[in-house]
Amino acid sequence: MANLRVSLPGLDMKNPVIPASGTFGFGYEFASFYDLNLLGSMMLKGTTLEPRYGNPLPRIAEGPSGLLNAIGLQNPGVDVVMNEELEKLRPLYNDKVIANIGGSGIDDYVETAKRLSTHDKVGALELNISCPNVHCGGIQFGTNPDMAAEVTSAVKAVSQKPVYVKLSPNVTDIVEMALAVEKAGADGISMINTLVGMRFDIRTGKPIIANKTGGYSGPAIFPVALRMVYQVSQAVSIPVIGMGGIASGQDAIEMMIAGASAVAVGCQNLIDPYACVKIIAEMNEILDQQGI
Amino acid sequence: MNKYQGIMKIISKKELIKDVYEMVLEGQAASFITTPGQFINIKLNDSMQPYLRRPMSICDYDDNHIKIIFRIVGIGTKILADKKIGDTLDCLTGLGNGFRETNYKDVVVVGGGLGVPPMYALTKQLINKNINVHVVLGFNDQSSIFYQNEFETLAPTYIATMDGSVGTKGTVLDVIKQFDFVMDAYYACGPEKMLEALALNYPDNGYLSYEARMGCGFGACMGCSIKVKSQPYKRICKEGPVLLSSEVIING
Repeated sequence: MANLRVSLPGLDMKNPVIPASGTFGFGYEFASFYDLNLLGSMMLKGTTLEPRYGNPLPRIAEGPSGLLNAIGLQNPGVDVVMNEELEKLRPLYNDKVIANIGGSGIDDYVETAKRLSTHDKVGALELNISCPNVHCGGIQFGTNPDMAAEVTSAVKAVSQKPVYVKLSPNVTDIVEMALAVEKAGADGISMINTLVGMRFDIRTGKPIIANKTGGYSGPAIFPVALRMVYQVSQAVSIPVIGMGGIASGQDAIEMMIAGASAVAVGCQNLIDPYACVKIIAEMNEILDQQGI
Repeated sequence: MNKYQGIMKIISKKELIKDVYEMVLEGQAASFITTPGQFINIKLNDSMQPYLRRPMSICDYDDNHIKIIFRIVGIGTKILADKKIGDTLDCLTGLGNGFRETNYKDVVVVGGGLGVPPMYALTKQLINKNINVHVVLGFNDQSSIFYQNEFETLAPTYIATMDGSVGTKGTVLDVIKQFDFVMDAYYACGPEKMLEALALNYPDNGYLSYEARMGCGFGACMGCSIKVKSQPYKRICKEGPVLLSSEVIING
């Protein structure tokens, strides 16, 4: 058995594998499949100050080796997440989790972060400034370095836990974004969120997804994620949690070679609910074979 | 063995009518099914293309077998139809909440088009419990009818066709109105318009099975959440696919 232990700000993890936000609910849903304590940590479903229904259906379309989604940050709001969702998870998972925060203005982010960061199960916050599926929310912070820095420092000022900023790939220069949030005090970076995409129904001529555009993820975006993680990890000195299309232990190791300190697995959890535990086992096997 | 997941082998395949296939899968994963109306989510191959699983209703099952009926509508169902006997599929089974246990005396079972299959296992179960069942099946025309004989051996079965080529001309709703069955409750699966029409005309004691484009099929992605009259929202894959006629929002 290889030693897979990783220590990052706010997170002391038995292995570097984390289910990504939005593909794992609030964790407890997966307890009917396997023991959640096998996981290094987990990134909770994006949480906003107020409850959100999200976008109308259809929210899902498919593409080559990938999934296009426009959920629209459906969540029950920060108070329900703290008082109900995290309490359901508590008996099922012993380690700290990463709470993902969405918002449509700096005040929302700050208030949600202030509350969530007080929760004892929360080891760190992940600031989602990159959700492409919410109008007037999130993404404008993720495409403008000044705004990204502003929201990062505002959240850092109130958070009792380390803050990771989740970056969008839908920018011209992701290194500029990473440097801006690092300078603003981010403790780490998680990347990449989904790529904005579309699909049309050729019979009706209309977009398949009701929101018209969605975020594309899955193995199709893996090389893009590797390139961006490589560029950013060369440029910053804070840790990077790498994600985007990881579907195997081999992919996870490749992502760490690119410069990630830990990895998040997103889409693949939806295809195979056992994906994360399989990836952990495969990483062990590969490292053992290589004598690491 | 992984819970809810297993490799199942195709042991029979038959084209019932043009482009509509019946397939029997064999494997221990069938044992995760607890009620009629639950569904199976099938990975079509080991490659990343197509990427998503394909959710399908379950027509009939026992501890080691699952029978599905599907129509070729796209790439995924074409790949499935081209599979050979002996081929294996990675399946998640026993997903969702099926048709709930009840103590009704007289019920009506309604299936429309490709919504007909899951009503078969349900009808069998209701008959075994000595419940009086009337079955109403709706199709476009004579050429799209399947499983009429199978239902007729279980219970009195009434057909509606849109063009009137068989049975009552019109919809399943026309049949229900025409024959005025004793109906403590009804169970239905079919096109959304059919479910909405039923819920509008019979808002009480209806059990409606919905479908949706799903990301995962087990409640993780929120891809199929719909608003219902109560809070919180319901995921068709997790709290559904069967919802109550009294809780659904028409044109929601």
